[in-house]
Amino acid sequence: MYGKGLRSLSISTIAVMTAALALVFFYAPLEAEQGFLQKIFYVHVPLAIVALCGFVAGGIMAIQHLRTRDPSWDMRSYVAIHMSLIFGVGTLITGSIWAKGSWGHWWVWDEPTLVSFLIVFLLYATYQPLRFAIEDPERQARYASVFAITAGAFVPLNFIAVRLSTAYVHPRVLGGTSNLPGPMALTFVVSLIGIALLYVTLCKYELTAKHARAQLRALRRRLTADDAATPPVRRSRSAAPTTLHPAAMMTARVTGKEGL
Amino acid sequence: MPAGALEVEGLARHYGERDALSGVSLSLAHGQTLVVFGPNGAGKTTLLRVLATLLRPHAGSVRVLGSSLPDDAWAVRGRLGLLGHEPLLYRELTARENLRFHARLHGVGDERVQELLDLVGMDGRSREPLRTLSRGMVQRVAVARAVLHDPELLLLDEPHANLDPAAVELVAPLIGAGTDPARPRTRVICSHDPSGGLAEADVVLGLRAGRPALLRTAADVDPAEIAELYR
Amino acid sequence: MGALLRKELLVELRTLESVPGMSLFAVTTFVVFHFALNRNVVEGDLAAGILWVTLLFAAILGINRLFVADAEEGGFDGFLLAPVDRSAMLLAKALTLLVYLLVLELVAVPAFALLLLGPSLGHALPGLIGVLALGDLGVAAIGTLVAALAVRTRARDLLGPLLALPLLVPIVIGGARASSPVLASAHHAGPSARWLLTLGLYDLVFGLIAYALFDFLLED
Repeated sequence: MYGKGLRSLSISTIAVMTAALALVFFYAPLEAEQGFLQKIFYVHVPLAIVALCGFVAGGIMAIQHLRTRDPSWDMRSYVAIHMSLIFGVGTLITGSIWAKGSWGHWWVWDEPTLVSFLIVFLLYATYQPLRFAIEDPERQARYASVFAITAGAFVPLNFIAVRLSTAYVHPRVLGGTSNLPGPMALTFVVSLIGIALLYVTLCKYELTAKHARAQLRALRRRLTADDAATPPVRRSRSAAPTTLHPAAMMTARVTGKEGL
Repeated sequence: MPAGALEVEGLARHYGERDALSGVSLSLAHGQTLVVFGPNGAGKTTLLRVLATLLRPHAGSVRVLGSSLPDDAWAVRGRLGLLGHEPLLYRELTARENLRFHARLHGVGDERVQELLDLVGMDGRSREPLRTLSRGMVQRVAVARAVLHDPELLLLDEPHANLDPAAVELVAPLIGAGTDPARPRTRVICSHDPSGGLAEADVVLGLRAGRPALLRTAADVDPAEIAELYR
Repeated sequence: MGALLRKELLVELRTLESVPGMSLFAVTTFVVFHFALNRNVVEGDLAAGILWVTLLFAAILGINRLFVADAEEGGFDGFLLAPVDRSAMLLAKALTLLVYLLVLELVAVPAFALLLLGPSLGHALPGLIGVLALGDLGVAAIGTLVAALAVRTRARDLLGPLLALPLLVPIVIGGARASSPVLASAHHAGPSARWLLTLGLYDLVFGLIAYALFDFLLED
């Protein structure tokens, strides 16, 4: 169920990313002020956009989870947020490098988008500790969903608030693509698509792996037919949802859920 | 013809990958008493909490006093009373304040609070914070809380825990089988006392590891079989 | 819901756990700021910032303790068994937190005026009260939601603040920006309307979200 389309997705991701890299290095012109360093913009901004969309998507999936009580939605929500968090780290690092190169500081408060992003990141960084701190898996999933929805609503509001509050001293380079000259715009769009594809592919990989592990565990349990009261020993404690109840998995398969 | 007080079919509830309850089916008519036996961890408390609408069933169907859970749980909440391991009372407030609080929640008048305080013999110490009272006294107030709104269905988890024999006698009419045929009182009791529990039961359910190991009318059950459950 | 609110306030009066702690913390923080910043008086932006940050951290103290009594004494079950709407608890708790915040401000704002604030507070008071009220509503809504989320986890004292702080940042931004013209010494201006609007909007959105999601936190 989950493994479908994985190969074609991976291939297209690699193809687009290679194209994007080629464009970045060979096609996009050097920007007058900032020189070569400006090219990091083609990585930094798509990372940020994809990460933020991922956070909001995680919130939407959480809404679905609370509505249908289907644990597979919770797993998707978890993976989306988890992956966005990783992309978020990438955003902050590339943003920092860019800031250092352009303005000489590792961090600037004048870029409202970067600042808002930091706040959002700090919020989502508590997602995994939150999950970790709740033992009952069903309650863990439910509370995580409540968090994901709240945080998902927070993302746009936070950006508005921070943007309103910042006086722009430096020219805002993170404006829309409307004022980018042709070649740069093209490179940017291709880059964006590439990173978005990367995100989706990685999410799919993680979902497939988790799902396979859960199915394996369920099969193993049924083989031993041991319904003793002691829970199975997990080698590593992880905050991730580790299980789909067999009944839920069976129904999911029977209704033929497609794709992600 | 009114439906039975409890109709449970294939109830299951899991905790992660472990089954807390599985395949539990039973039915209980109004006015009858069901006693549940089983070792610790067998799922007795879980079953009680599902019936109390505090936990959702993960599989199977549950009908309590004619309402199906979890969808119609709101309809049945005011009609059942739970006496669990925790007294469900605030330690900083007095017995009187606690009972008044619960009375307000259930839409019951203050006279009833006074009536119950007298019945459980706590009137004298009703204005002291609960944390100054002994465990037995707190349990008595907890009993009062459970029956405050005169519930049709009583769910009792080891009701005699922490009570001395005098107190047991005191609360017996409150949590005993109802005497008024027009208002039958159905009860589900979790018990560790084979002979005592058996004496009160109309139907017996034995649980082991979440599964029903024994389900019969009390008359057909031998105390030795109950002891077997704990082996 | 009236019964719930009464119970909340009764318990607080009995134990005096939250409000005195919050107020004392605020006053002490002002003293710390005096030493940390090495200033005798502050005004304008700086004043607004100090006031709001202090209020924020004091509020966190209150948020931490909001549901603790219920969680520990099985109070949730008692409430869950009653034939009442679950959101009644949300409203009661949020109102309780609001009351705590108002009492906190009754102590903290005069203390602030006394200890650190340069310009006199007289003209500024109505404007400041307006901003504080709006900010308090937001803190109450978000604080209650976060408190409910954190209370039944293992590291509740840690998770509460970690969750609450980012979510409350826009309120601090809005509150500080809105009140800084009020606290400036040069000209007493009313609070900035744009920021009042932002605060109000934020309050509304999260109030609705808290209302919608609260049930899911209580049930099992």
